[in-house]
Amino acid sequence: MRYVDEFRDPEKARYLVKDIQRLAALIPAAANRPLQLMEFCGGHTHTIFKYGIEQMLPPSVELVHGPGCPVCVLPMGRVDDCVAIAECPEVIFTTFGDAMRVPGSRKSLLQAKATGADVRMVYSPLDALAIARDNPDREVVFFGLGFETTMPATALTILAAERQRVANFSVFCNHITTLPTIKAILDSSDMELDGFLGPGHVSMVIGTHPYHFIAGHYHKPVVIAGFEPLDILQSLWMLLKQLAERRCAVENQYARIVPEAGNTQALDAIQQVFEIREYFEWRGLGSIDHSGVSIRNRFAAFDAERRFSVPNLSIADPKACQCGEVLKGVIKPWECKVFGGACTPETPLGSLMVSSEGACAAYFNYGKMSGEVPATVEEVS
Amino acid sequence: MAANPQPRVKRPHGEVVNLSHGSGGKAMRDLIEGLILPALGASSATPLEDQARIDVPEILGDGGRIAFTTDSYVVDPLSFPGGDIGTLAINGTVNDLAVGGARPIVLSCSLILEEGLPFTILEKMMCSMARAAQAAGVGIVTGDTKVVPRGSADKLFINTAGIGIIPKGVHLEIARIRPGDQLLLNGHLGDHGAAILKARGDLALDADVESDCQPLHGIIAALLAAAPGTRCIRDVTRGGLATVLNEFAGGAGVGMRIVEDSIPVRPVVRGICEVLGLDPLYLANEGKLLAVVPKEEAGAALEALRSCPEGTYAGIIGEVLAGPPGRVVLSSHFGGERIVDMLVGEQLPRIC
Repeated sequence: MRYVDEFRDPEKARYLVKDIQRLAALIPAAANRPLQLMEFCGGHTHTIFKYGIEQMLPPSVELVHGPGCPVCVLPMGRVDDCVAIAECPEVIFTTFGDAMRVPGSRKSLLQAKATGADVRMVYSPLDALAIARDNPDREVVFFGLGFETTMPATALTILAAERQRVANFSVFCNHITTLPTIKAILDSSDMELDGFLGPGHVSMVIGTHPYHFIAGHYHKPVVIAGFEPLDILQSLWMLLKQLAERRCAVENQYARIVPEAGNTQALDAIQQVFEIREYFEWRGLGSIDHSGVSIRNRFAAFDAERRFSVPNLSIADPKACQCGEVLKGVIKPWECKVFGGACTPETPLGSLMVSSEGACAAYFNYGKMSGEVPATVEEVS
Repeated sequence: MAANPQPRVKRPHGEVVNLSHGSGGKAMRDLIEGLILPALGASSATPLEDQARIDVPEILGDGGRIAFTTDSYVVDPLSFPGGDIGTLAINGTVNDLAVGGARPIVLSCSLILEEGLPFTILEKMMCSMARAAQAAGVGIVTGDTKVVPRGSADKLFINTAGIGIIPKGVHLEIARIRPGDQLLLNGHLGDHGAAILKARGDLALDADVESDCQPLHGIIAALLAAAPGTRCIRDVTRGGLATVLNEFAGGAGVGMRIVEDSIPVRPVVRGICEVLGLDPLYLANEGKLLAVVPKEEAGAALEALRSCPEGTYAGIIGEVLAGPPGRVVLSSHFGGERIVDMLVGEQLPRIC
């Protein structure tokens, strides 16, 4: 398949892996401990597991699976708010599929649906707006979720709703921002990262400039990476090359999609509709300053938080959960006390087990169990 | 009874099913005798008994066994490229018998109709059942009809139960799987799942893909003749190939390895999966089988599969390993490997 197979070429992969090994041997820090490279984005985590990339890397290179899965970092209290809105009899609650299984303190959206709430899966906020137009006697709420990748679509939908005067449509805004979160991770004392794979689709919107503080202030190399397996390997190679040459810069591996200046139209839409919240609570990471956005006053009519009274309670994560330590790469998923026992994809305690982009679910589904590498087996003849 | 593809249907008054058609009275008789039986190709001249009476074939006296199965069909939408609920209700149950090594003999047909279902649609689905039954060489010999209030069911639900005969000496069982056995698949994965996605229309997909809905007893008979040592067979339906592999590996306490490059997936289905983030290993099929065959018979088995129209693209996709028990590993084209687990929750709502 064109534009897909080129990025999954095993020959090129073998070549890159070989040169990654060569570079890793040149990096002094890697002599004492494995290099810790964080992929921020859940999409990258998914690719890494799906293609078995971790097993192709030398032991001196370790990947830390960061918090860039918006479903995974959604705190329980916000899920409870969703359920409260969805359970209003006049409401049709629309959401991306992955968010339906995230556990709240009482129930998930999927469980709310089973007990009578009208919860519908959509692939785009514009689908939610269409549902609102088709059901003028109902209140249609879209669960706005995600980083800068999904933010423009929500913003453009709110602008469309205003233009089309759709009065029964609103957004429950849980959009979060990338940069304050990366900063919080870098400021965290229990971390020792050597470099970042930057999120490709977020960067398609915000461009490459906003990452310069990571290289400039924190002296960590950043490579903005695409989502095919060769993209990941090439980006890791670029990170190691910087480390071997003792450089730290922001480099763009995903130049076929990510322009340096980002997407100005998308940024304009975000700017028009959203404003920064003072703080936003993340599952496992706690409250991070300026890490979320809310809907501006001008669009208050489309803000579900103002149209519905939500409990807006902060619910503590289950005590046994170590999602935060996994998110920060302090422990590996299988080192969590409840991994694979009380917490499985079927009965997730922590949301890292819910989404296929969550590090724990990825390990559980695709990867290692209890740190054990899949058994070596004979090749099929 | 013989299925008749050109029935003489006399629809009841009105356009749609209403509750009186399930009440047991005259309206119900008009529906069954006027529409359902003729559309299914059955004669309404024979008095309706409460049960079918089947002559036990002589083969049973010689050590054969009866296979008995049931399945319910609730697909939405009722029609999709390459099939409809009628063809599914026949082929699905026929295949459940066939993978046990049974020759399907007779089916029952139980209908649950939602009040308001247009007669035209009911007739179309019954005709489609009749054609599929005829193609598969099975009779529909008994049935039932219920009508429920609007909203209590979705248009039309069908249950078919089936009886088949397993010849003497055929013992297909998961417990017989051994390390070294080869895994054979009879063709492209995911066509049915992709066709349903397209038919639902809510993803605005424009793709040339048809359901693979087809009966498999013919190809299975050919396989068993060529490879009598075949351990077990399963039709690959909801949950996809990944689910069957996990059931086999778990049930037999063995490991399995499949090779991505050897698993046929049509480019159009692969494209849909790439766009929507789905995995063809979990997509539903309605005309695919996975057979576990001892290594020494694998060549003959593959040849037999490929000689049938349902198996043109058949291939050996992997093998059984001594362990670890229950673990299925995929060797990816890219050079890595990963565990293929059971699907948690649903990839898609209600496929079949």
